[in-house]
Amino acid sequence: MFANSGQESATAPQANRMSIVLFSGTADKLMAASIMATGAAAMGMDVELFLTTWGVMAFRKGDYRTNTRVSADYAEYGSVMQEQMAAKKATSWMENLEGAREIGHVHIAACSHTMELFDIKVEDLEPIVDEVIGVAAFIEQARNSAISLFI
Amino acid sequence: MATMTADRVVDARGQMCPMPILSLAKAMRELTSGQIIAISATDQGAKRDIPAWAEKTGNILLETVEENGILTFYLKKA
Repeated sequence: MFANSGQESATAPQANRMSIVLFSGTADKLMAASIMATGAAAMGMDVELFLTTWGVMAFRKGDYRTNTRVSADYAEYGSVMQEQMAAKKATSWMENLEGAREIGHVHIAACSHTMELFDIKVEDLEPIVDEVIGVAAFIEQARNSAISLFI
Repeated sequence: MATMTADRVVDARGQMCPMPILSLAKAMRELTSGQIIAISATDQGAKRDIPAWAEKTGNILLETVEENGILTFYLKKA
């Protein structure tokens, strides 16, 4: 053991965790993030989802019900995506995340910087959000992840 | 044609990714070791997803049957 070596412990990446920084708040990217999280949870991986900036805004209470925004580069597809989602009975990104939490460990944290910037309190967010954390707490999770994504 | 009997049947036809593996993971939790589950899907990704899921979770993919665009997978719980 090298507990007193003064060196940082050389923790091996934990192959069973996926960390996602969810920066975006458009429905298309939320969908992509939710599918990644659900897939990883179904595969038995732990998922750390860190919401920041527009990702936090998308989790304000009730917002997901009316969020039809899509990425600016494909803005003309916004209504098409909504129509196809409805026609094909696709599950919403929020439903995906709820399903993921039913079967696995999906921890959802909101960025304290964004919360302060936009005067958002944790009670203003959907109850699916577990807590508010800073960047260090997220990095601590991310550095022990086999997969890290920024969406 | 189905060639084996299953203890549990899951119909994931019409479900889009990632719902088939979510449905499978949910149903599998209710089985005991050695029991067999049959899941049918129309998602094009399922052909590769279900084997990958089995590989990662340690459950055993016994057989895959494709019929009229419907994929049916038989898996045994580890």
